[in-house]
Amino acid sequence: MTSVLFDAPGPATRRRHRMYSLLGTVLLLAAAGFVLWRLQETGQLAYALWEPFVTPSYMRALLVEGMLKTLQMAFGSVLLAVVFGLVFGVAKLSEHGWVRWPAFVVVEFFRAVPVLLLMFFIFLTYGAGEGGIGSYWSVVIALTLYNGAVLAEVFRAGVLAVPHGQAEAAYALGLRKSQVMTSVLLPQAVKIMLPAIISQCVVALKDTSLGYAILAPGLTEVGKSIFQEFSNQLQAAIVLAAMFIAVNLLLSALATWVQRKLVGERKPLTVPMVGRDTSTAI
Amino acid sequence: MDDVISNFDLVLQAFRLTIELFVVSGILSLIFGTALAAMRVGPVAVLARAAALYVALVRNTPLLIVFILATFGLPKLDVQLPFFVKGVIALTVYTSAFVCEAVRSGINSVPLGQAEAARATGLTFTQTMSNVVLPQALRAVVPPLTSTMIALAKNTSVGAVFGLFEATARMRYFSNNNASDRTLIFLTFALGYVIIVELISAAGLGLERRGRVATR
Repeated sequence: MTSVLFDAPGPATRRRHRMYSLLGTVLLLAAAGFVLWRLQETGQLAYALWEPFVTPSYMRALLVEGMLKTLQMAFGSVLLAVVFGLVFGVAKLSEHGWVRWPAFVVVEFFRAVPVLLLMFFIFLTYGAGEGGIGSYWSVVIALTLYNGAVLAEVFRAGVLAVPHGQAEAAYALGLRKSQVMTSVLLPQAVKIMLPAIISQCVVALKDTSLGYAILAPGLTEVGKSIFQEFSNQLQAAIVLAAMFIAVNLLLSALATWVQRKLVGERKPLTVPMVGRDTSTAI
Repeated sequence: MDDVISNFDLVLQAFRLTIELFVVSGILSLIFGTALAAMRVGPVAVLARAAALYVALVRNTPLLIVFILATFGLPKLDVQLPFFVKGVIALTVYTSAFVCEAVRSGINSVPLGQAEAARATGLTFTQTMSNVVLPQALRAVVPPLTSTMIALAKNTSVGAVFGLFEATARMRYFSNNNASDRTLIFLTFALGYVIIVELISAAGLGLERRGRVATR
């Protein structure tokens, strides 16, 4: 794009760009150097503070009790959210007002309420104490409701993205409404939606970290017990972030691969607050 | 519920803090995010790559961990700041990455032919940008930016875990004290968030409508 906006750069412009590059490099290196210097000055680079993360027993705790539980919570809630989203997404497309409107209200409500508020409410009301469902399920249910509401939008958009002719042809063959939905529209819609669903896993995975606030198991909880023991908050947060980034990049790569495999060159499905390339999913 | 009604000023105070967090970090992340996007589409390769790295790292990190870095990490570097400032830093660092992506996708959504046609009719770089490319890019940027801002408004709730007595922290406080009314308390606070989200979304729609032009 930049190449058509102006004429090809001449020697003077090229020289100027080279100067900007040099200046940019120097500035970035200076910033990185400053951070390293501060870390060194305040003794944060001391080996003792990093040691837990190369100690086998703590590494095992991070991977097994931390990562595994986090992945379980994330994928469990996404699976439940797919069911929730399917039901409410199809309900939002219903021809009957008494089905459509409640579904609309439920979906809009759970999309507008912060996950953490929901999590606190579920934990304090149903989770805590004797006979409660516990913090693990409080996290899973809160994430299910939020991601389910988002996925309901994805399902709706996915079904609407199937060309009109498909439904018309199915009706012309004499299929009933539910048959058109289940055997013609949904199978095609799922193909378009799969990348969006996988990207939603990234959001769910990131949000499991909120379980920290209600003492739910998972990566952040293990990280917390480590940094409370060694007082290495900075180092623990950096290691946790690196673990999240690694898994999320893998998931994003998977989503891109599925997109190419199933949807091909067609435009990816964009839904407000879900988008992939616009990356508005937070 | 009587407790909430008689202490309703506490509810309003909490939402005021939520809105303050949202407005301050919203403005800052719009500025930083746009600067990042400019770096990413600009001709200087080093800056473009640095901005891309920043976005990739921050987007895949949970906000809670950014908050841990800001609230517990900064004091470790002998940087002492009030909780509000640390909250704003965490929210701005996180949201800037998403603003950058939204702005960049807006700029990229203007078809190449538009700029080519403008150049072919003899417009200069400045004219091409100000009369052809930017007006279209700004329109395309509004919907994703609205979504980002809505997410930011909801994300201020994470501050509740890190010493900020905003709406979510206040709900936890009331819920702890009034076990029998938890559902009503939750709905009251949820309604507050719904109103904030609807206001942002209405503002976004208003901007979209103002800029709308006839398209094929």
